[in-house]
Formats: sequence, structure tokens, C-alpha cells
Amino acid sequence: MTNIGSYEDRLENFDWSIGEKELGYKKDDKINVGWYCSDRICQMGKGEKPALIWENHEGHCRYFTYNDIRQLSNTFAAFFCALGLKTGERICLFMDKVPELYISFLGILKCGGIAQPLFSAFGDESLYMRLHNARTAAILTQRKHVAKVRKIREQLPNLRHVIVIDSEGLPLREREVAFEMDRVPRVDDWKSHESTAETPSVMHYTSGTTGQPKGAQHVHYSLISQYLTTRWVLDVKDDDIYWCTADPGWVTGTSYGIIGPWANGITQVVLDSGFSAEKWYAFIEKFKITVWYSAPTAIRLLMKEGLEPVRKYNLSSLRHLCSVGEPLNAEAVIWSKEAFGLPFHDTFWQTETGSIVITNFPGMPIKPGSMGKPFPGITATVVNPQTFEPVDNPGTVGLIALRPGWPSMFRTYWNNDEIYKSKFKNGWYICGDRASIDSDGYFWFVGRDDDVINTGGHLVGPFEIESALLEHPAVAESAAIGKPDPVNMEVVKAFVALKPGFAASDDLDLEIMNFIRRKLSPLAMPQEIEFVDSLPKTRSGKIMRRLLRAREWGEPIGDISTLEND
Amino acid sequence: MDDMKKMVLDYVRREYLEEDDDRRLDETTPLISGGIVDSFSMVSLKRFLEKKYGIQIPDSDASPAAFDTVNAIVDLVKRFKRQ
Repeated sequence: MTNIGSYEDRLENFDWSIGEKELGYKKDDKINVGWYCSDRICQMGKGEKPALIWENHEGHCRYFTYNDIRQLSNTFAAFFCALGLKTGERICLFMDKVPELYISFLGILKCGGIAQPLFSAFGDESLYMRLHNARTAAILTQRKHVAKVRKIREQLPNLRHVIVIDSEGLPLREREVAFEMDRVPRVDDWKSHESTAETPSVMHYTSGTTGQPKGAQHVHYSLISQYLTTRWVLDVKDDDIYWCTADPGWVTGTSYGIIGPWANGITQVVLDSGFSAEKWYAFIEKFKITVWYSAPTAIRLLMKEGLEPVRKYNLSSLRHLCSVGEPLNAEAVIWSKEAFGLPFHDTFWQTETGSIVITNFPGMPIKPGSMGKPFPGITATVVNPQTFEPVDNPGTVGLIALRPGWPSMFRTYWNNDEIYKSKFKNGWYICGDRASIDSDGYFWFVGRDDDVINTGGHLVGPFEIESALLEHPAVAESAAIGKPDPVNMEVVKAFVALKPGFAASDDLDLEIMNFIRRKLSPLAMPQEIEFVDSLPKTRSGKIMRRLLRAREWGEPIGDISTLEND
Repeated sequence: MDDMKKMVLDYVRREYLEEDDDRRLDETTPLISGGIVDSFSMVSLKRFLEKKYGIQIPDSDASPAAFDTVNAIVDLVKRFKRQ
């Protein structure tokens, strides 16, 4: 029996107060996500229940009960307050998937800060941009990553504290401080910050077509939809062992890697390791994982390894599989049924939505390749790109649009309210993706409506890549697009026109790839560079990425009347 | 350690570790599963190997397992050098 039961019944009788009641929250109560994810579970008598089981690539394991994460998050909260960090200040988490990342996230919320998790593979320029934009006050990091922070520290006058969680033996510099979670006395009694529903809680940076990435601001009330979608879509039950493979540097890793599972009081496992099919299957077998939330890129990597490694392990514990980040192709759904006896359920949502909005539900027939249907409480449609009115006929492609007002909807882009407002048209939040709806109400993804590249389930903005390319001494002009990739859906391809005195070569190709990888991130690194004499531009000088992309994907080029040169 | 292993190890250390990163790397250190080289960065490592040793590694052979250690990488390179 699934938690959601009948989808149709839920649609008819839905109100977000269902989630509020289950959490014991009433309108105008104080609400602190950190408290709900730890203290409340302990008050329910589950203090000794495992909250987090963590394993690294060497097989070293650590176990934390809900009482452990309650006390340790209190300890972090007390430490942040003792450092003088104030309510509403941004505190960045820049770590691998270590226990401190998950637990300090709660600690930041408990002290009234805004958690700003960032992917630990970001290069110093990507890190700088996000810390500068957010005027981040403190950053928690590890010794292996502190060099990147040190490189940019002097350019960040608002960054008062660099906190290193594993600094033993590392000489610390001025305004760097050590905090080793296991060595400081635990704080048992801590009064969490009295946040209200609209108090800012978490900020995730997300890429767009134009400009640099923007900080999508979430609030504590997002808990309601994160809690309920975890129950109804991921179908978690009290005795489940849950594994979300996403890194908390991305929104999936916080909404469904911290808040959703812990607000539901279930046990989650984390594998802090690079990808390896054998390691992943061994992990599932060892901890008897029951619910698995992963990404199409990872699933396709598993498919590439075939069924032979699957058969070496006992994966019979698995009972429900979901995926996130990019459309799940039909072949992957079919393969997972063969490999695990279960299909992956595709879920669609964004950094801006904060929780799942359109999805395949447990118990509902899956149409392989379909996004599924709207979550109860979400009014979703596809709209005409000119009028922003819902399209009339099933099968017509339009822009995915959501009626604003669900609990976890982002409240703004940090310091960029103008761009935030531009996302709302005719009373709809416009996601930036194109889709159609069939006659059964299933949504079918078509593609992005803009130039944002979705690689491995992560959005990368072309402007950021192009700007970084222009910093290379050889590059005169650049354009970045997504090119098709069988595993990652898209990967970055860069077109580069060189300055006089530079010549295209394999050496330069590799040099530019590594230049971008180190500056921005491995995701932003062009996996192919095409050296060109010039880039297609409009008469006003704007690079026509659309043309480059259409050529790459074999799609119609469309209107080129504004093209400067034929 | 043979020259190829040393070359690959030096390249990985130079390109994929930060200056202050004092982790020990040897020819058996798990690079991909150990989180030192992620699956995206593997592409630049593959490109380096192809350029350095004048080989083409098909995508079907460029698996995380084949790139997980310097030993595995050198075995892969030697296989394609012979062809």
C-alpha cells in the first residue's frame, strides 16, 4: 500500500494543511527546518533511531542517531553564534559528502543563518562568484578544499570566517578557525532560532541563459512540500533505508538528501565516493537499501556496465526507485525493470520549485519517457510562448507553467528581484522548459526553452563558460552550447575563435579544457572545442548560440534573417 | 615505477589536486571511486592520454573502472598502443 494511495482521491481532497497537520505545524507557528529534522523526531521517541549511516570509498563507516544529529547540529549552531554570525547571514558549506556537511546544514538553520551549500568541485572562480554575490559571511570547508578559498579570500571583504572541519596538522591562517565536530563537547540543550514560515532558510545558485548564476532563495515553510513529496512520491515509510545519491551542493541533495528524509524520521545512507557500479551495488546490498533516488546520468552509467555486475549482488531489498535532474529516457526505465525488477520513476522539479512538481507516482502506471503528472496541490500546464495562455490541444508543445504559491516555491533570486519577477507571466511561473501534455494528462518533456545546458542533470549557463573562456589568453571570442551525449544527455561544447598569434592544436584544446575545469567546474568544462574563424552573430553583435546548437543537434536552423553574415 | 606510470601520476597530481592537498597518491590510489577525478574530468584525462601517447580510446572503453587507478590507466593505454 503506497503512502499516496489513490492519486485521483488525493487530487480531489488536497490541501497543503495535510502536510502541516502531519508535522504538527499550525499557521503562524514558529517553524525551523533544523528543529523539525532532528529535535522533533527525538521528541517522537525516535532519538535512538539511525538518522545517517555514512560510508566513504575506503569502506569506513560512521553511524549517527537522531539524538546524535540533534546534539551535533546544536553544537554547530552554538559555534556559529559564538563566532558572532547573525540571523540571516549566509553560511556556505563547501565540502564533500561528509557527515559534517549534512549536520552543519541543520546547525546553520538552527542558529538562524541561511545555508548556502556549494558543490565541492567548483573551481575558485565559480566559488568566488557565488560567495561575492551572496556576501557570504562564513564558509565551512575541508583541508583539501581550503586552498581554493584562500585564493579568493582577499577579494571577499564580507567573508569573516573560514572554518576548517578537519584541520589537524594544517597550519591555519588569519581568520581561519578549526572546528572538529567529534572533538568539541556536544550541546544538548539549544533553542533553535524562532524562524517563521517566510524566514529565509536555504540558498542554491542556479544557472540561466544570461548573466551569472543566481541565488534562489527558499524559506522555512518549504518544509511542508519537501516533507509531503518525500512521503507521497519517494513513498518513504518508517522502516525504509533511503539513499539519495545527490550531493547537497545541489538542491536535490538538500530537499531530498537532508530535509525530506529527516523530517520524515527515516534512516538514510550516504556514500561519499566517486562513481563505481560495483561499489554502488555493494552499498545497496550491504545496507539493504529500500528506496533509491538517483539521476539519469548515473542510471545510464550503470546501464553501460550491463547486467553482469547487477547479478553479483543481492539487491532484493529495493522496493521503490526514483530519478531526478533530467528527463529519464524510456530505455532506462525498461532497463531498470530488467535489472532491478522495478522501474525508475522520473520526477521533475527545479532549484526554483524547491520540491517535486510533476512526477510519476508509486502505484500509478508509468509511461516510459514521460515526466508523469502534477503533484496534488500543484497546478501545472503548458502555455503558449507568446500569450502565456494554456494551450488547448493535447500534444501541443508549450512552456511548462505552474500556478504560484506552493510552499517551497522560491521567494526571490538573491539581489535580483527583477529577474525573479520576469519568471512570472500572466499569473504563471514559467519553468523555462518545453513540454506537451497527452490526453491522459501525462507530461512529456521536449527541451529547454533557452540556452541553458543540462549536463548530467545539472544546469550550466553558457554566459559563465563564455566569460571564463575569454579570460584565456588565446581566446578572442567564444560560444558555449550543449551537444548531445548518450550518458549525460548533453555536454558542453565550446566554439572558440583565437587571437592573432595563436593556432589551433591538440595542446591548446587540452589546455583550454583544463583551464575551464579548474576555474569553473568539471561540469562546465567543454568536452569538445571547435576552433573557428568567427562566430555567427546578429547584426547587433549578439552571438547566435541557437544557430550553433541547431547545427549540432541536426535541427532546423530557423530564422536567420538577423544573421550578420550568411 | 615505470615512466608511463610516473607521467600519468604526475599529471593527475598536477591537474586534479589543489596545491595544498597533501594526500598521498600512488599507482593503486582509487582516482574515480576515490573522488579525485570525477566522471566529467575523466574526459580531459582521456584527452591527455590520447594526445600524449598518440592513441584513440573508444568511449566504450573509457569506463570509470578503466580509469580508476594509474595502474588501470596504464594497462588501457598499453592495450591501445599495441593496436
